[in-house]
Amino acid sequence: MNKAQFGSPWMPYLLLAPQMLIIAIFFLWPAAEAVRSSFYLEDPFFGTGTFVGLDNYRDALSASDYRRTAIFTGIFVFLVSLLSLSIGLMLAVSADRVLRGKSTYKTLLMWVYAIAPPVAGLIGVMLFDQHIGPLVDFAAIFGWDYRIGVNYWDTGITMIIVATWKQIPYNFIFFLSGLQSIPKSVKEAASIDCSSQNRRFWTITFPLLAPTSFFLLILNIAYAMFETFGMIDLIVKDQPGNSPVTLVYKVYRDGFRGNDLGGSSAQSVILMLLVLVLTIVQFRLIEKRVHYN
Amino acid sequence: MLRTKIYDHFVLLLGVFIMMGPLVVAFMTSTFDHVLIHKEGMQVGWGGKFIETYSTVLSQQGGFTGEVTGWLMTQNSLILGIGFALGKIVVSMLAAYAIVYFRFRAATFCFWIIFLTLLLPLEVRILPSYEVVQQLGLLNSYTGLIVPLIASATGTFFFRQFFKSIPNELVEAARVDGAGPMQFFFDILLPLSKTMMAAIFIIMFVVGWNQYLWPTLMTTDESYFTLVRGIKQIMQIMIGADIPKYNEALAMAMLSMLPPALVIIIFQRMFIKGLVENEK
Repeated sequence: MNKAQFGSPWMPYLLLAPQMLIIAIFFLWPAAEAVRSSFYLEDPFFGTGTFVGLDNYRDALSASDYRRTAIFTGIFVFLVSLLSLSIGLMLAVSADRVLRGKSTYKTLLMWVYAIAPPVAGLIGVMLFDQHIGPLVDFAAIFGWDYRIGVNYWDTGITMIIVATWKQIPYNFIFFLSGLQSIPKSVKEAASIDCSSQNRRFWTITFPLLAPTSFFLLILNIAYAMFETFGMIDLIVKDQPGNSPVTLVYKVYRDGFRGNDLGGSSAQSVILMLLVLVLTIVQFRLIEKRVHYN
Repeated sequence: MLRTKIYDHFVLLLGVFIMMGPLVVAFMTSTFDHVLIHKEGMQVGWGGKFIETYSTVLSQQGGFTGEVTGWLMTQNSLILGIGFALGKIVVSMLAAYAIVYFRFRAATFCFWIIFLTLLLPLEVRILPSYEVVQQLGLLNSYTGLIVPLIASATGTFFFRQFFKSIPNELVEAARVDGAGPMQFFFDILLPLSKTMMAAIFIIMFVVGWNQYLWPTLMTTDESYFTLVRGIKQIMQIMIGADIPKYNEALAMAMLSMLPPALVIIIFQRMFIKGLVENEK
């Protein structure tokens, strides 16, 4: 459908000016800088860099540290998305069904959305702290000597748990509103035709939620990749020596701490390409969803 | 039927326990004395030092310069949250209005440029962004803190989608009645967008308030610290201490959580609307 439109030679440009200006200065310029400096060795900002072609990329990709980080990021993203999506769905299904206390449950389950990732990280660090953390005592019951910051995987598991915890409300809200948008007639017809609650969920409700789930999956991947930065920063406490980090954290660490501008930029560009792929997938899914409707 | 009912309540109670449990323990622990926490671990119960700890955190002059207080950080957080939300709404509404309601040459080009910003989160281009802001002399300023965060186009897409759903007849009627683009925007579009603006404001306020990475890099002057940014500082001081002030760190965490939590609880309906519509 075409909108009826105004014609004015200058007005649209005036309206767009603030947005375009901000984008040009704070987006296009830095993004171009990132791409450019990824081909240089050291300090392109002060003009002392040497052009090294794809060396930075080769170095980044072949470093064992990078591979280790990439593997951890893969596991992290996979587990955080999977766990927070399935727990969010489980809670949403129950919250959609109950009659009593629905809004109280909803409010309490949403609360954590308000917490900033680093604050979630701080609370996680305390709960898993060697001296004061109750969860360490809990792990000790099973003979698990939980040492955050010392054992690679103990730190990693803390990150996965905290990141999942923080993301559950988000998925819960989306799934609940998805469930509530299923027409009542469909639900009623389903409950007449199929008496098993379980089967009804898997054959009718779940397929109806599928578009929401795919879409959420993409958002969850993006969350686990990028928005968990603050949480990880708090959990590794500036001593990322033997601690697992994600690729985004590594970009920051190599750039700011390691002063490896070229290498950090090359890693940025690799991540950009990854996001590009994600976005393309996302848009194809949205197109499909529009098609369904 | 009864069995599902019991199952549902069990699942939800367990969920509430997992989601709220850590927060409750964190809050309760923050009311205890730090020496006690150090000795006996995190606490469940009422420590009785609530007023003491929280007023210390809010008013005590901390940091290296001794000038920064919890109040100041709260103010900075509010400035960042509100400034970010308002800035985003104004900038993206104007842009969306231009794209949807005007016919002009560069429309497609502008649209794609705006679209491009969705591809690169700030985290990915953080180093060059920092350099740019530094070159512009905007380090340690509210402008440098807020404006670069507005560069992503999520809001523009949101308003574009919303404007497109407004019936065409309205514009036609307005034009027949002789209304110009300005009049149409202020008399018709703006009143219609009120709920949407409120919804997006709530989402963006929480997003702005919770910013961490950008404020961490941007502000080295402590008088610009936000609460969320201050968490890191507290953590660093804690690592160095003999008996870390766990209670103060947790009190700070609670303070930084409260305003966004209140906003989404009070405006729950709008928040959900904004969140679900925004991401579509």
